[in-house]
Amino acid sequence: MSNGTMDRVASATPPRVARKVRGLSDRAIAWIFVAPTIFLLLAINIFPLIWTIQLSFTDYKANRIGREVKNIGLRNYERILTDTDIWLNMQATAHFLFWTIFFQVLIGFTLAWLINRKFKGNDLWTTIIVLPMMLSPAVVGNFWKFLYQPQIGLFNYIVAFFTGKEPSSFEMLGSVQLAPWSIVIVDTWMWTPFVMLICLAGLRSIPDYIYEAAEIDRASKLRQFFTITIPMVLPFLMLAVLFRGIENFKMFDLVVQLTGGGPGSTTELTSINLKREAFEKWRTGYASAYAIILFVTVFGLASIYVKALNKVKER
Amino acid sequence: MKKLNAAAIGAVLMGSVSAPTLAAAENLTLCWAAWDPANALVELSKEFEAESGHTMNFEFVPWPNFADRMLNELNSGGKLCDLLIGDSQWIGGGAENGHYVKLNDFFDAEGISMDDFAPATVYAYSTWPKGTPNYYALPAMGDANAWFYRRDWFERDDIKAAYKEATGQELREPQSQKEMLQIAQFFQEREIDGKTVYGAAIFTERGSEGITMGVTSALYPWGFKYENTPGSYDMDGAVNSPEAVEALEFYKEFYETATPPGYTNSYMGESLDAFKSGQVAMAMNWFAFFPGLYADPNTGGDKIGFFVNPPQNQEGSTLGGQGISVVSYSDKQDAALEYIKWFAQPEVQAKWWELGGYSAHNSVLNDPGFTDSAPFAGDFLEAMGAVQDFWQEPAYAELLLAMQKRVHDYVVADQGTAQEALDKLIEDWTEVFEDEGKL
Repeated sequence: MSNGTMDRVASATPPRVARKVRGLSDRAIAWIFVAPTIFLLLAINIFPLIWTIQLSFTDYKANRIGREVKNIGLRNYERILTDTDIWLNMQATAHFLFWTIFFQVLIGFTLAWLINRKFKGNDLWTTIIVLPMMLSPAVVGNFWKFLYQPQIGLFNYIVAFFTGKEPSSFEMLGSVQLAPWSIVIVDTWMWTPFVMLICLAGLRSIPDYIYEAAEIDRASKLRQFFTITIPMVLPFLMLAVLFRGIENFKMFDLVVQLTGGGPGSTTELTSINLKREAFEKWRTGYASAYAIILFVTVFGLASIYVKALNKVKER
Repeated sequence: MKKLNAAAIGAVLMGSVSAPTLAAAENLTLCWAAWDPANALVELSKEFEAESGHTMNFEFVPWPNFADRMLNELNSGGKLCDLLIGDSQWIGGGAENGHYVKLNDFFDAEGISMDDFAPATVYAYSTWPKGTPNYYALPAMGDANAWFYRRDWFERDDIKAAYKEATGQELREPQSQKEMLQIAQFFQEREIDGKTVYGAAIFTERGSEGITMGVTSALYPWGFKYENTPGSYDMDGAVNSPEAVEALEFYKEFYETATPPGYTNSYMGESLDAFKSGQVAMAMNWFAFFPGLYADPNTGGDKIGFFVNPPQNQEGSTLGGQGISVVSYSDKQDAALEYIKWFAQPEVQAKWWELGGYSAHNSVLNDPGFTDSAPFAGDFLEAMGAVQDFWQEPAYAELLLAMQKRVHDYVVADQGTAQEALDKLIEDWTEVFEDEGKL
């Protein structure tokens, strides 16, 4: 906006309003601007959280409007924490979380390291590699379901080609042993590009002169990798792990499309189980306690992790 | 003027007395599952539109999402549906939570008698508490889980000879659950016309109700009961009886030895696909699909045969089907009631059966020509004489999901034993009934 326009706008402000605004302190004006955001935050984040905490101590069921709601203290928490099935869901989630992050970091960093070397077609390869993360999880889940189909699925045929097994002799989604790995493979396929991009940003942020100094000091490539590349990319890697960790802890859509939590409850991650309790069984109080436990777990782990991340950045 | 006023008052009074049958033209929405009979109902309802002046809209939801979608609609007091053809298990929740309009007064006023409908369907689709004369729905669509098979394969001399050689018995429509498994195992991975085929398509779906509907088709013929004494909720010894354990083990054996590869999460659609693609010799599914299967140009007609769920210790079929209810949150209840009145007429019910819907009206079922009216009509009558349904309690969703988990964990995921699965199921159900204050 030009000065002329600003002057015109200022002169158009009625004197009474101008006097009032002039009378407000900077702090008050700041509050006026921030207030709508704070109000929204309270309305859509803090209030539901407090309400959820309150519901978690009751036997409330959202589908039974006229039913008397009883305060049952810590009973929901006690039930959840002593339920062996929920611990199995936690184990399934931990397995998914650990292995997806492990493979995504490993492959993502390797890809970033390769892409970072200047070669012909570099940009094209980068674009091709990031394609999976641009797709909808529902679409990815559906087409991998076809790929995993034991009789006509491409995945089984490729495995059969290399191992000599019959394609229909194993079921990626139907086998208790293979189903947890099948969801790890799909999530890794989809989200490794994301880790790669973050790593690539890290690699490109390392100034060339550091490597040049190392060359002058006759440091080997391996030494340069472990003493320059890894330490300088580490904060970026840790950030990628944090993002993927939080995302995968609440993984729902992809796994529902692929296995629906099955076979049995083998791939029933906590978020799937929570959805069943809250919106299929309608045990609202119980599900609220479950959500609070998960929230505290993620929040606690993330806080510890962020502290570690800050320490690494300070080094 | 006075005369005019009197006439106007008289007309208003007349109108108010006969309000349910003379509702102003409305746009009615009927909600149901998206499947073959729904298309038949659209066709049938055209007559109602012509007669009443009301317009019918339809909201059909695919089966896997039907319960979620509709129960959310009811629980939120939604006005989307004026009429709902809801699953039989919803009747308890529909009645107790005030989602459905109680129809007793309407039935009395309009002369609709529940004695005109098959008793099993009235009990299952209309009453709450069970068996009491409190009606919340009109039986709309009778249904049960049954079987169909490749008649052309069963009649082939080479296949019959091979079966005789393998088992020492004649290949025929199975007369027992165990014979059915034997036949399915015979067909498993057999080469027919250069193609590998499999025994049977059964229900194994985990997410909604699939595997429970499949497993109960084995449990009921073995004599499974939900309670030792009806209404007492004493399940120990009934749900986990030796017969129930044997039936569950049977279903697992069926799944492991006689179904196509990758058949771990399959329900109605997958069963139909497996059969129509020539992959299986037999398949289980609801009667509702049988007209469409019979009409299929590739695998229908002379190539298909139908049989009722075979007995084992007793006869028993899993009940499907639904009643039609008026949603209490609807603003167009009068017009909706008008539809039910129209639908209850014997001639409409006859047309309903003709179009592919399964009427539960005695005038249709007791007609001397009924059993010959379709190749599966006799089986339908037989099945409806021995149907059993899942819990119809208001907490049915919790009860159902618990069973889905326990039986899928055992049958498909191979975790634990049948005894453990049923024992755990009792624990889950006990917890639900304790929460409900019924134990």
